[in-house]
Amino acid sequence: MTFFEMHDPEGGTRACYAEVKRWIDETGVPGLHRRLEEAEAIFRRIGITFAVYGEGGDPERLIPFDLLPRVFSRLEWQRLDQGIRQRAQALNAFLYDVYHRGEILRAGLIPQELVYQNEAFRPEMIGFDPPGRVYSHIVGIDIVRTGPDSFEVLEDNCRTPSGVSYMLENREIMTRMFPELFHKGRVTPVDNYPEQLLRTLKEVAPPACTGDPVVVLLTPGSLNSAYYEHSFLADLMGIELVEPVDLFVEDGRVWKKTTAGPKVVDVIYRRIDDDYLDPLAFRPDSLLGVPGLFHAYRSGGVTLCSAPGAGIADDKAIYVYVPEMIRFYLGEEPILANIPTWQCGTRDGLAYVLEHLGELVAKEVHGSGGYGMLIGPKSTAAQIAAYADRIRANPSGFIAQPTLELSTVPTLGEAGVVRRHADFRPYCLVGKRMRLVPGGLTRVALTEGSLVVNSSQGGGVKDTWVLRD
Amino acid sequence: MLSRTADNLFWMARYLERAECTARLLTMGQRMAVLPGSTYRDEWRSVLRVTGCESFLQGSGPVTEADVVGILLLDPENPASIQSCLVRARANGRSVRTKLTQEMWEALNMSWRHFEGCTVAEAVQALPVHIDWVKTRASVFRGTMETGMMRHAGHDFARIGGALERAQMTLRLLDVKYYVLLPETDVVGGGRDHYQWTSVLHALSGIRAYHHVYGGVHTPAQIVDFLMVNRTFPRSVAFCVDQMRTHLVRLAKEHGTRSACNETADELFALLKAGRNGVFIERGLHESVQHCLLLTNRLANEIADSYHF
Repeated sequence: MTFFEMHDPEGGTRACYAEVKRWIDETGVPGLHRRLEEAEAIFRRIGITFAVYGEGGDPERLIPFDLLPRVFSRLEWQRLDQGIRQRAQALNAFLYDVYHRGEILRAGLIPQELVYQNEAFRPEMIGFDPPGRVYSHIVGIDIVRTGPDSFEVLEDNCRTPSGVSYMLENREIMTRMFPELFHKGRVTPVDNYPEQLLRTLKEVAPPACTGDPVVVLLTPGSLNSAYYEHSFLADLMGIELVEPVDLFVEDGRVWKKTTAGPKVVDVIYRRIDDDYLDPLAFRPDSLLGVPGLFHAYRSGGVTLCSAPGAGIADDKAIYVYVPEMIRFYLGEEPILANIPTWQCGTRDGLAYVLEHLGELVAKEVHGSGGYGMLIGPKSTAAQIAAYADRIRANPSGFIAQPTLELSTVPTLGEAGVVRRHADFRPYCLVGKRMRLVPGGLTRVALTEGSLVVNSSQGGGVKDTWVLRD
Repeated sequence: MLSRTADNLFWMARYLERAECTARLLTMGQRMAVLPGSTYRDEWRSVLRVTGCESFLQGSGPVTEADVVGILLLDPENPASIQSCLVRARANGRSVRTKLTQEMWEALNMSWRHFEGCTVAEAVQALPVHIDWVKTRASVFRGTMETGMMRHAGHDFARIGGALERAQMTLRLLDVKYYVLLPETDVVGGGRDHYQWTSVLHALSGIRAYHHVYGGVHTPAQIVDFLMVNRTFPRSVAFCVDQMRTHLVRLAKEHGTRSACNETADELFALLKAGRNGVFIERGLHESVQHCLLLTNRLANEIADSYHF
């Protein structure tokens, strides 16, 4: 039985949704549709867009916005908050460990080859202590819900999780258009996120930094799909938005090219993949990147956020072991559970997956964005057979999970309020201390029954409320 | 300020100004081409020639309005077309989103896809409407910049870009006149020449301002004076150079050093000042205009050098 977050088991409205319910009833469905059009016009004018690669058509697309907020009660959030912080802490502890003594591997809790032979593992990082021992400064944890008290982690994002601009813009547009919903002050604000992010970044300034750290946001450029978010965050933090061509390395420090000559840079919040950071250290054929950047980083001249190699912690093959990490490093039981996962790289796992593929969701270990996955129950026999062949050809490249009864949230449909599956991504900030803004990004599948919430595949976003009481 | 940012702001303003200037050029072409007894081909060809777009012509027949509208308004392959300018202005602005206000960005963002899917026939039919639309978009953008943009170096770079482009287009408009017909008489009255000269004033929205300064008499020397040397008319070359000098001085102060571009701007200004009272026509209008264009190009290169674009 699918859990509909707006209703209790008897079909009544849950207390935390009372305000939303009242508002829906008062405004009426035609009224809501009218307001939705207004909201979309605002989004388009502001230029909040994302790009979809390789599909042609409109190069800058609008992300569909759903008007009805998703609501968490104070108690629900308390538990999420603890679970998210716990996980972010364990993931950073794991990263420190695998780039130093590898205790968790020596203890036999995680197979060594899974780490050391992983493409996301960066041998260049071995033995280096990043400032504050933080590797992943922004940890985005994708969470799904399967019941009133069941939250499960779908995956972790330790490199450069995106989407936080939607969290901020969705709230901004809701407060602008429906101030009456926020009058009672029951919804916890999220608009201090940029300030918290800047504090976090300044806390991890490199040893060479003297005085107030100069922070920049490094973007691949205006053609990148998340460029809007890059410029948005730089704007709200009041820091320079730079491209690789704006930076160079000299005397062990990083400089930005300005009209008044070179100016030093202390902390780089980079939204560029490891591979393209520095052609001297990583991909030599990369035209992006700042030659010498990695050397400056290792010698303490600059801090990169996140650290190169942080991706080993959010690898889908490593995901299975996060509960172990929490026990091993923190001596605690995981507050948020994992979803049971079979690894096709193991013999038992492969056998089970091939036998039950029709009931499972299978994914590529290195895939992202909802591409290249198979949803067993929604696929034809031919599709399943073809996918099974792909798994057999490279078993360790795949994992599989049971199809879960994901919860649904109220969503505005043509004729009224409909139920759609959703997930949730909060953003945990890790500097000298941990910070977590009460909220996150709710992504919602806009097609009935669909489990794919990715924006690149037609998913939408909605505002997420955490109530104070 | 990042050098790339300065570069992007400079070009954003230039491209937008260029879009408007090209629209004005089309106005002038249209006015001249409908004059009685006009040698049809020359008028439209000269418009292409001053923008350096003659090579986009296909075939060798007479140049028609449709040819020119296709090339200068719509052609996405022609980097000088209005369509290209709007797209490029936006691309430059998008690269420096954080340096623009919300309103400036919205003004840019609303223009760039306007001409997508528009055919040449449609464009020719509604040309005056399109031209007005382009001018309005440029005005809205300048307005948002005027009232909203912080007066830091970025504003100076954007203003310089706009003024430079405007100066160049006034010079080019004067050159169109040169290509069509050299001034033959001192006093122009009633004939085609008169209309050609006043077309230049019309295209620059300067006909009434001219009357206020010089009364109702149109002589080539006075029109050239008005468009090159007058320091009160905002589309005159001297006015634009004045504006560039002001912002270049601000930049020099902010960066603590004068550079070659300050000297060139002063040189250009001195040249214009010395050209009063018909001197440019005596020396050859075409040569004088070409010399000024050369100096403005040098100025652009020197700005890029001085500020590490």
